[in-house]
Amino acid sequence: MKKLDLLIAGMGGQGIILASDIIAEVALASGYDVKKTDTRGMAQRGGSVVSQVRIAEQVFSPLIRPGEADMLLALEKLEAARWAHYLGGGGTVIANNLALPPLTVTLGYETYPGDEEITRLVKRPKNNFYLVNGTERVKELGNIRTLNIFMLGCASLRLPFSIDIWEKVIARRLPAKIRQINLNAFTQGRKEMPGIHLKEG
Amino acid sequence: MKKLLSGNEALALGAYHAGIKLAAAYPGTPSTEILESLAGYDDIHAEWSTNEKVAMEVALGAAYAGARAMVSMKQVGLNVASDPFMAASTTGVNAGLVVVSVDDPGIHSSQNEQDNRHYAKFAKVPLLEPSDSQEAYDFMAYAYDISEKFDTPVLVRSTTRISHSKSVVKVTGRRTVSNREPNFPPDVEKFVMLPVYARLRRPLIEERLAQLASYAETFPFNQILPGERQLGIITSGVTYQYAREVFPRASFLKLGMTYPLPQDLIRRFVAGVDRVIVIEELGSFLQENIQAMGIAVSGKEFIPRFGELSPEIIAQGCRAAGLLGESPTPPAKPVPELPQRPPLLCAGCPYTGLFFTLSTMGQRSALVKSRVKKVAKPKLIITGDIGCYTLGAYPPLFAMDTCACMGAGIGQALGMEKAGVSNKVVAIIGDSTFLHSGITGVVNGVYNKGEITIIILDNRTTAMTGHQSHPGTGVTARGEKTKAVELERLVRGIGVNDVKVVDAFDLKALRTSVRAALDNPELSVIIVRGDCPDLAAARPRHLVIATEKCDQCNICLRLGCPAIQIDDGQVYIEATLCVGDTCYLCQQLCPRQAIVFQSETST
Repeated sequence: MKKLDLLIAGMGGQGIILASDIIAEVALASGYDVKKTDTRGMAQRGGSVVSQVRIAEQVFSPLIRPGEADMLLALEKLEAARWAHYLGGGGTVIANNLALPPLTVTLGYETYPGDEEITRLVKRPKNNFYLVNGTERVKELGNIRTLNIFMLGCASLRLPFSIDIWEKVIARRLPAKIRQINLNAFTQGRKEMPGIHLKEG
Repeated sequence: MKKLLSGNEALALGAYHAGIKLAAAYPGTPSTEILESLAGYDDIHAEWSTNEKVAMEVALGAAYAGARAMVSMKQVGLNVASDPFMAASTTGVNAGLVVVSVDDPGIHSSQNEQDNRHYAKFAKVPLLEPSDSQEAYDFMAYAYDISEKFDTPVLVRSTTRISHSKSVVKVTGRRTVSNREPNFPPDVEKFVMLPVYARLRRPLIEERLAQLASYAETFPFNQILPGERQLGIITSGVTYQYAREVFPRASFLKLGMTYPLPQDLIRRFVAGVDRVIVIEELGSFLQENIQAMGIAVSGKEFIPRFGELSPEIIAQGCRAAGLLGESPTPPAKPVPELPQRPPLLCAGCPYTGLFFTLSTMGQRSALVKSRVKKVAKPKLIITGDIGCYTLGAYPPLFAMDTCACMGAGIGQALGMEKAGVSNKVVAIIGDSTFLHSGITGVVNGVYNKGEITIIILDNRTTAMTGHQSHPGTGVTARGEKTKAVELERLVRGIGVNDVKVVDAFDLKALRTSVRAALDNPELSVIIVRGDCPDLAAARPRHLVIATEKCDQCNICLRLGCPAIQIDDGQVYIEATLCVGDTCYLCQQLCPRQAIVFQSETST
């Protein structure tokens, strides 16, 4: 692997920063240099959040250049569209099939893009676009807060790190009370990824 | 040992290993995690001070008493602390004192953008600029040595991107503490800045700067990284990382100590390359100081003077200046028409009810369906402040008219009243901000016969920066119990007669007390109290909309509560967001009683 640039996007409260921390630690434990950075503004309050993770033999800038990311992991569809321009040719988008309209949409000031529009924005030539029903699956598992780890499970199938390291880092980063359910969510994400993708190009 | 640390964690660990005995700070994004990291250690005193000025004074006192100390703050915090900072430069120290300022290029979470490197030159103190977490860690040991060797506070300048990025740190040191006993050696000529003694210190500052300039030549993180000689780039901080990626083959002079500058090293570098440019974020600090040496360099002619830089922005600027060839593929552009997702007051926020009250009383909010975003003539003027409640300015509440800096709203309100505006003026300030710098505004208002109404929003935490304790909470930075400052006793003690405490979730009480306060010609204070929902306990039940009763008047949407959403024209309450028991604002608002409690177990 020459380099791997990833974006993880969603909104405040979805666990974006923890998910990107885990990827970064997995990369470090796998012997790579890594830098990660979060853009979250006043992020306690449910705004857009994006984390960038850069993995290579040596990383300089923590910021990815638009058009050069290898993977975009989005926990919400609008956020997938917002960051899709960071993706390079041949990159992979894994988006959770969840629409959380911002307040301006609820108030009628703006319109939430339809599924076709989102697909148009996210799907670029030569890219792989997977839409996964993550929210549904983690509800079945019994804890909606494990969505971030479920999505890591999906992403892990397309990342060159061993499952042992993933599980070790997840176990280390999560408190005992919710460790097992998150490990289950990770496994579930790995299992369901090939089966439940709707679109691949 | 290799660790993945954020810049802030690395700064904290570096200071801890450098043997600090005291750390003081006031929370402020992007600097907050520095003190939070240090609060976990048992062998130092780590405190949230009431504001940055006090934090600086506490750290200075410790340094006078022979204990290494650190004070950390966001960029605007150094404005608040600038008075003791200048004093510290004049007196010098007795043990190492490091001041960490985290600048916020791009204004991710601040009221303005400023380049605090200028403070180093202004105060005539040395300036270090780490470029990643490794350097943030490594620089701390040097900073303390420099502080003690040259008898000066040292300014360490980070930025949002360094502080909030994680990178790999080789942790080489371990904590070493000087075994010197705390001891203050009285010395009036050094510590008592009467004019006669301050004048004695003044030439010493100039001597110190000259010595620091020589030291800068040998500072190991001022490095020439040789490359091709056609282009030489002088840079510092995270900008080095960006520039290195844009120009992988150029020669670099990477500066870790940027004030005073290593002039000989700069001349040597310039002599060894054909053309020199400076790439730096925000001001032209390096460029101007290098130009003042008589060296022709360019930089800000094609690198933006404001905003956060990135490899892409540097590449664009350098392409325009002819330093880079055209990119084979045009840079990807964001989709402009997507709805934005700005931060919001949370579901269950104890501030929503008050803003709704002011918004409707002042006839500020328009009907949601009309899509009119502003009303021409609000009856109330609402001066605001810094905190979560600044978000009350957003639609649909539109309930804030000013936000300048910590504590400014109260003084602004008095100024407007004294200027003779015909509207009633209300100043809004949060509990932590009030204790930070609102108290003096109330004293001033009482003294100067103000008639304004001051509303203190008391959610019992410093919420915006991530729920730090403050003097009103009765808990220290280390989580220990302490005496809580009681806001109502405090304002009564100042001499405010009309002080009311109101339940933040009782819309009727809010409206009655705001009306009464506005009608009172005296200065009045309303304390609106309710816990931050992020700190509230489990939620046994939440609210739901009984759709058979709902006539879709959508008045509940005017609260701007993120839990109240629309699906196919019908409003509903998102169960995972609603805090139920504590907040029932929408229920009070619904004219058809269509909003009811549903316990989670029965769903």
